[in-house]
Amino acid sequence: MSLLEIKNAKLNLDDKNILKDLSFSVNRGEVHAIMGPNGSGKSTLSYMLAGRDGYELESGDIYLDGQSLSEMEADERARSGLFLAFQYPVELPGVGGMSFLREAVNSRRKFLGEDELDHLAFVKEARKVASKMSVKDDMLKRAVNVGFSGGEKKRFEILQMAMLKPKVSILDETDSGLDVDALKIVSDGVNAQRNDDNAIVVITHYQRLLDYIVPDFVHILSDGRIIKSGGPELALEVEKNGYAGLINAA
Amino acid sequence: MVATKETIDKIKEVSGTYKYGFVTDLEAEKAPLGLSEDIVKFISHKKKEPKWLLEWRLKAYKKWLSMEAPNWAMVDFPKINFQDIYYYSAPKAKPKLNSLDEVDPELLRTYEKLGIPIKEQEVLAGVAVDYVFDSVSVVTTFREQLAKEGIIFCPISEAVQTHPDLVKKYIGSVIPISDNYYAALNSAVFTDGSFVYIPKGVKCPMELSTYFRINEQNSGQFERTLIIAEDNTYVSYLEGCTAPQRDENQLHAAVVELVAMDNAEIKYSTVQNWYPGDKDGKGGIYNFVTKRGNCIGKKSKISWTQVETGSAITWKYPSCVLKGDESVGEFYSVAVANNAQQADTGTKMIHIGKNTKSTIISKGISAGKAQNTYRGQVQIQKKAKGSRNFTQCDSLLIGDKCGAHTVPYINQFTPYARVEHEATTSKISEDQLFYCLQRGLDTEQATSLIVNGFCKEVMKELPMEFAVEAQKLIGISLEGSVG
Repeated sequence: MSLLEIKNAKLNLDDKNILKDLSFSVNRGEVHAIMGPNGSGKSTLSYMLAGRDGYELESGDIYLDGQSLSEMEADERARSGLFLAFQYPVELPGVGGMSFLREAVNSRRKFLGEDELDHLAFVKEARKVASKMSVKDDMLKRAVNVGFSGGEKKRFEILQMAMLKPKVSILDETDSGLDVDALKIVSDGVNAQRNDDNAIVVITHYQRLLDYIVPDFVHILSDGRIIKSGGPELALEVEKNGYAGLINAA
Repeated sequence: MVATKETIDKIKEVSGTYKYGFVTDLEAEKAPLGLSEDIVKFISHKKKEPKWLLEWRLKAYKKWLSMEAPNWAMVDFPKINFQDIYYYSAPKAKPKLNSLDEVDPELLRTYEKLGIPIKEQEVLAGVAVDYVFDSVSVVTTFREQLAKEGIIFCPISEAVQTHPDLVKKYIGSVIPISDNYYAALNSAVFTDGSFVYIPKGVKCPMELSTYFRINEQNSGQFERTLIIAEDNTYVSYLEGCTAPQRDENQLHAAVVELVAMDNAEIKYSTVQNWYPGDKDGKGGIYNFVTKRGNCIGKKSKISWTQVETGSAITWKYPSCVLKGDESVGEFYSVAVANNAQQADTGTKMIHIGKNTKSTIISKGISAGKAQNTYRGQVQIQKKAKGSRNFTQCDSLLIGDKCGAHTVPYINQFTPYARVEHEATTSKISEDQLFYCLQRGLDTEQATSLIVNGFCKEVMKELPMEFAVEAQKLIGISLEGSVG
């Protein structure tokens, strides 16, 4: 059984058909990359999966570990093990990183029937994970994403991913706004979390990120459809010839 | 005029007993309904007050009769019928209490229900507490320990008996009886409240706390608090309030006066959770309160911190008069208004002395169809050279039917001063909410987190145990406002 399965997903925004009969599935232990030009529906896809208000499916369905998501709210999906690393992480003024993370982790633990972590146990765990990802303690004390640099924001996203241990992670344009050094740190963080039980979907514009997070499969998204699927070599083809050639061929 | 007749009969009865000595009839739990000169006398008599205080009350009553209820606040409510209120209500007439064990267990149970087990709080937190139940102060804990330091912490009605000179000197010295309509009313009919006196050089070793509770139906609560901090002192005072749910509106018109001498610091924190009324605005407390502190002494400091989540209507402006050179006034406020609640709150900072400094941080949160107004005055008088004020007013809107208003008045009469005012209005954005939901928080958790983040600057001014309680309260009062 696939860990994530998208079946004939159709979605309209403002009466416009954005996702048209989109299907693909991701197995345990796999990393998939979704590539596509601007306006192909990449961000819509990530919001649709995460269950943002206004991004409900017209028809079709999504399954996480065999369970249909279409009737589930965003928070239920998250607690069930779906994680979205945001392209533009949102600032929460006055909300300390540590307490935010703790609420998130404990919501997930509660859902899984595990004991909630007390403050001390949590801080210990968070520091351990943070140090592995070169995230300074100081960042956890600051308000979530407030005054963070582009690199810090993305690192904080991946830190949250590491703490929440999701089944499926969707990384939405995680490379945007990162210089090469930051890109490497973030990618290392993601790679460290790859294992046989989870899956990662990388949504990206450029091939660049896929040098660091090497996918098992690459899908080309254009005009709300997957027009071509293949291995990592497909990404290189995009890099070489651009999207236009592929789209015209499809 | 049934009420008036009832009053007259009852008063006749009581004054009869008064003339001929003390009789058991004084066990009456309430004064008769309504307000008159006789009722003022009745209260004064009940409290066995000296003549000067009765005269002071009567003067206030006469002044009140000549005044009009203020109508400038941005709140809307039907005219209050002052003859339909009980001005004195005691749980039971009983001998003076020496220890907690003598408190009516029923009363203790009520406090437990409110989540403040007296004993536990006494032991664990080391907070000295005065409980005011309707009109009567029930018990003051930790008094002996405080007395060793020379600190007086007792019901004001007791202070009138035991320290009449202090009370006489300072009562009405910060807020004169003619100050405003509700202050005049309070001066005429106040029933109890707390009295604190910190002698020279003493730093109060524990937080002092009062818990106010309106219990009786149709009763008003008119408490009066007076805190005097002599030279080189420090005191932190906490005030909490609740009332049960009732369909009728109840009036709470308190007066709080603070006096700070040279180098004295008074920190006054309030967590106000009076019953706000139901979703449609039925019932709830009218909270019309006058609070003011006089920084008389050089380098004195008065700091108001308030978290206002309750009341149908809040009308309240804790203020500082900065007379002493280099004195400091602070106002930190979170006002939450949900459903049909109306809040018109803020502060006044009157700079009189040289190099005086004031800071105002106000956070207003509106949800449902509530209206939340910040109203503040910063006045820099001619001699207040080198003075500074910084004001920050932030409003947070939840939903699209509520309102936030900011009304700052700034009067500066010397060019040698600096006044800054910043204001923002924001909404909890869909992006913020979605971000939290995506991390597995539900809508209420997310809202509470974002709101508490918004209030953080104020919350950190509260003593620890109070901050936790205040955070929970804000969460509770916003329940159901999102989603």
